[in-house]
Amino acid sequence: MKDDQAPRGSAHQPIAHDSAHKHVTGAADYTDDLTEPVGTLHACLGLSQIAHGRITSLDLAPVRNAPGVVCVLTASDIPGPNDVSPAGRGDDPIFAEDIVHFHGQPIFAVIAESRDAARRAARLAEIEYEPLDIALGPLDARAAGRDYAALPLTLRRGNAETALETAPHRIKGRFAIGGQDHFYLEGQIAMASPGEDDEMIVNVSTQHPSEVQHMVAHALGCPSNAVVVNVRRMGGGFGGKETQMNLFACVAAIAARRTGRTVKIRPDRDDDMTATGKRHDFVVDYDLGFDDEGRITAVSGDWYARCGFSADLSGAVCDRALFHADNAYFYPDVRLQSHPMRTNTVSNTAFRGFGGPQGVIVAERMIEEIAYRLGLDPLEVRRRNLYRNGQLTPYHQPVEDQILPRIFDELEASCDYAARREAIIADNRRGGVIRRGIALTPVKFGISFTATHFNQAGALIHIYSDGSIRLNHGGTEMGQGLNTKVAQVVAEAFQCDIARIKITRTTTEKVPNTSATAASSGTDLNGMAALDAAEQIKARLVAFVAEHWQQDPADIRFVPGFIIAGAHEIPFDEVVSKAIFARVSMSAAGHYKTPKIHWDREAGRGRPFYYFAYGAACAEVSVDTLTGEYVIERADILHDVGRSLNPAIDLGQIEGAFIQGAGWLTSEELWWDDKGRLRTHAPSTYKIPLASDRPRIFNTRLAEWSECAERTIKRSKAVGEPPFMLGISVFEALNMAVASFGDGRSPARLDAPATPERVLMAIERLRR
Amino acid sequence: MGELRFLLNDAEIALSEVGSRDTLLDFLRLSRRLTGTKEGCAEGDCGACTVLVGRLAGGELLYEPVNACIRPLASCHAVHIVTIEHLRGDGGGLHPVQQAMVDHHASQCGFCTPGIVMALYALWMRSPHPSDAQIETALQGNLCRCTGYEPIIRAARAAAKAGGQDSDILEAERGRVSRFLRDVPRERLDLRRGEDRAIIPADADDFAQIYAQTPGATVVAGATDVGLWVTKFLRDISPAIFINHLMKEITETDVEIRLGAGVTYAEAGPAMARALPQIADYWLRIGGWQVRAMGTIGGNIANGSPIGDSPPLLIALGARIVLRRGDERREIALEDFFIEYGKQDRAEGEFVEEIIIPRPQDAQIAAYKVSKRAHSDITSVAACFLIRREGGKITEARLAYGGMAGTPKRAAKAEAALLGQSFTEASFEAAARAASDDFDPMTDMRASREYRTAVASNLLRRFWLEQSGEDARLTRLAEDCT
Repeated sequence: MKDDQAPRGSAHQPIAHDSAHKHVTGAADYTDDLTEPVGTLHACLGLSQIAHGRITSLDLAPVRNAPGVVCVLTASDIPGPNDVSPAGRGDDPIFAEDIVHFHGQPIFAVIAESRDAARRAARLAEIEYEPLDIALGPLDARAAGRDYAALPLTLRRGNAETALETAPHRIKGRFAIGGQDHFYLEGQIAMASPGEDDEMIVNVSTQHPSEVQHMVAHALGCPSNAVVVNVRRMGGGFGGKETQMNLFACVAAIAARRTGRTVKIRPDRDDDMTATGKRHDFVVDYDLGFDDEGRITAVSGDWYARCGFSADLSGAVCDRALFHADNAYFYPDVRLQSHPMRTNTVSNTAFRGFGGPQGVIVAERMIEEIAYRLGLDPLEVRRRNLYRNGQLTPYHQPVEDQILPRIFDELEASCDYAARREAIIADNRRGGVIRRGIALTPVKFGISFTATHFNQAGALIHIYSDGSIRLNHGGTEMGQGLNTKVAQVVAEAFQCDIARIKITRTTTEKVPNTSATAASSGTDLNGMAALDAAEQIKARLVAFVAEHWQQDPADIRFVPGFIIAGAHEIPFDEVVSKAIFARVSMSAAGHYKTPKIHWDREAGRGRPFYYFAYGAACAEVSVDTLTGEYVIERADILHDVGRSLNPAIDLGQIEGAFIQGAGWLTSEELWWDDKGRLRTHAPSTYKIPLASDRPRIFNTRLAEWSECAERTIKRSKAVGEPPFMLGISVFEALNMAVASFGDGRSPARLDAPATPERVLMAIERLRR
Repeated sequence: MGELRFLLNDAEIALSEVGSRDTLLDFLRLSRRLTGTKEGCAEGDCGACTVLVGRLAGGELLYEPVNACIRPLASCHAVHIVTIEHLRGDGGGLHPVQQAMVDHHASQCGFCTPGIVMALYALWMRSPHPSDAQIETALQGNLCRCTGYEPIIRAARAAAKAGGQDSDILEAERGRVSRFLRDVPRERLDLRRGEDRAIIPADADDFAQIYAQTPGATVVAGATDVGLWVTKFLRDISPAIFINHLMKEITETDVEIRLGAGVTYAEAGPAMARALPQIADYWLRIGGWQVRAMGTIGGNIANGSPIGDSPPLLIALGARIVLRRGDERREIALEDFFIEYGKQDRAEGEFVEEIIIPRPQDAQIAAYKVSKRAHSDITSVAACFLIRREGGKITEARLAYGGMAGTPKRAAKAEAALLGQSFTEASFEAAARAASDDFDPMTDMRASREYRTAVASNLLRRFWLEQSGEDARLTRLAEDCT
């Protein structure tokens, strides 16, 4: 029989990323590697040199007259509206007009014969400003009476105020949580080529081709059908290319329309980090009630976010912070409020977790508060507060797929948590310069875009007469292996070797009106859409085979490389060729929309999430208490991806997310000076983790027994964002090491990121 | 005048039009369309542009990873540039390093991957059986934002296991490449692109002559700082004199180590580690491998930066430098070279020619660096200590700090607190307290004034504890990974 074995590259196999061979040989093309048409021009942005002010004089003649300059664009050169607000609020200009709202805001663009000429010319602008008051942090903005940049949200269940007053124990605290730069290795880049009539082709590194298409059409004042957006792959995205690319694509397209030539824009790393949004930093005030057993009775909290000068995605980011303020724990009475503060900083945006991490980490801070107050192991406090199935979240969605108790049990045993914790406590008691900490923390992460209409996807499959398959879908590849996983789904559907499937660039020509590849949803949505397309073609093939070979459709099966129809065993490509000859269409467009979800934002009620993804990590750290330096000695992870579509890719996502999460909370510090200038705007000053920062002992496992309770693609679960929050275990372990200097009843209450400086200063505070 | 000649993969290149601002990366990507080498940061910090540069070192062909983004094209005379496109295995398939990267799922977005492959290739060539610490050290100059590095480490181990060094493509070409490099004439090159002028002296005497005549020229040694003047600040450095091939002698005698100013951190490493095994880890906290392969000790000094990492160590050791102008030479104590921020004791047309490090006899020495991230980060505080004792009393205390003032500087009050005292905790506690009065450091994005001050004192406490046999450092950061 030919169906003994699944074909190579079928669903659930740990196959390599489809571009791995090209990655390691340098043959994978990113946007900057595409051949430039003859006459290609290069654009560079001119950025505001102050954080807030009125432009009183703008002299661009020196820019225009610089060598190699072709033209200079300002707001008045934009054919359509001067706005790229993804929220449709009209608050995100391409070029600032009268007022600049942050240091680094684009004011103009210079177009020149070379990138070097454009960069040199951009610095020649003579701009004078009348400075206006600045508010940099969320609390500064609040004190200055600034308005909200986006709509705030309140989640409420029960009566937190009363419950707090009657709680046996009550702790109030404030927690400052830093932001994070995406530091995608490939920076922002767009290349626009004008075509016939009003056509514009844009090659761009974006997670959201459809939005770029609509933004470019908007800016050019032409219909969307004139604009084609192509993305073969990105050199990393992490949310930083969900909306932030719109401005660059529009500038390239406006310039291309103006000059009639291809225009490319690739900001240097400093401009990229200065002029594009990041993870939101938050200051959170929490008020916590709990009983003698450490069970939470009530929580009230206010999340103040540094949104920057415009809304961008801040409303939804702050919403998701509140959706995850419970992490994995039941809050009997709860009130949570977001305050998306408008500040004179770059407009913050999506970043892996999308506000979720800034909710989860506060829940873990509160667990620590309880544990130290009552003298309990924080893990025990975590266990006592875990959701039981049927209990309601603060947004009134019941938790029905809880698996954390089993994850805790297995991870606690496999990493020998209890014994190691005892040993560490004993060692720390003996004193010494090097102190250690260990923490085991969970994550529960809600999967779905909270804006319900984004939860849809499309795919397009063609089968050619030689039996080769071309696959398109609306998702974009940024390293997460989406294209590989979707191809695996199709390979399984047709029972063909994955080599038969050509993975192609994402283009708005093939699949329209897509959502951003974001919210961890890429595989869930696009895998289902591709499966829908494959099933349509399969149904036609079955009908054709049934007729041609005179078989009952119920007896027709797809096996590796063949279709079996009764006694006939016909090679797949032969069936395809015959079907085409018989005038059967071998092309299908698939579509998918996530079922069951709904969300009433006004009421703060609904089912925003289709399901939850779970995981837990245990991290151990050593801290040098003379300098505050530390190392992560060991990490153990057990994470739930349902029934994995590709265990190799999923493990890679989990390991990478853990380190990225740890980086957010340790060495990655965004530092603004008092004039509102971001001074950590390149890798020389902004420090993401290195190979030597990873734990030497790093055990990552999938919860192989898990299967998604909902009918997701092959019962797998989303994996992009949830494991990011496993990095919080490192932060809590650092807190434990620092707290060893206290009286045993005081948590360290480190603010994030816990740089060596913050660690040392916290130790010095506890020593006194 | 003349031609810049080098090998690029298989091709012999001869360029007569070269400017001082031309970078190797732009040459590769824009002129040669070798787009496998990526630009991630244009400041030598991310490693996405890592290529190998082969050169003759003492007659032997040596390949090292460098950052093409800040490598001036004019520094590429008589070398072999090897890019990712050149790498292949037996029969034209994947190289063992590339195959291991695929097998271990070590690429995700793939943008950093060519640079990582080149760094691991350099390691594979040099260390057939690397420890994990050596692998991490080899990757200090490469950022990956996707994988968390774990699969890359696994790939490096697997590549070592696969072996195959004897049949490697660069091994097979060794004779031909060496001959080419040996035969490239070493005469003065004076090249231009328009008004932009790059001068490559024939030898050190030629350099001395050119610089005395053209004292306004920019001297470019390793380019790990000047490279950024070009790529980030768009500064006009013309005319520029490129000297990375000069003054590379290392002389070890019983009493001293003499380093030519053009000796790189990587070249000096073994000699320094032989003399001072306890500072090997400090040395490996200077930049990443690519930076250590380019940056020179002379450049680190001449640059005058308050956060250069070699001056505090060299000052603690009592190093002297030879300054040369034309044929005139003078020798001064290194600490006297630094006058104030941005000002050094260097006349027009004068350059650092040599560093003389007295071999430390009977002294207790330590070198500490503290930074936000342990590796490949710029110093918050560097502290290098040399203590001598006689008859139970401290007779010499040289406590040199970086990051605490406008120049690398000794802690006079802390030294005074130690001199003549016995070697006890109390003495060091007094010195630690005194050290906080020695400096008035600044607050910036790397560290606050308060933190720098606290650390400067604590490092004296650490020194005491370590000298008394206590574990006062994170062992992983103190590892010698050479």
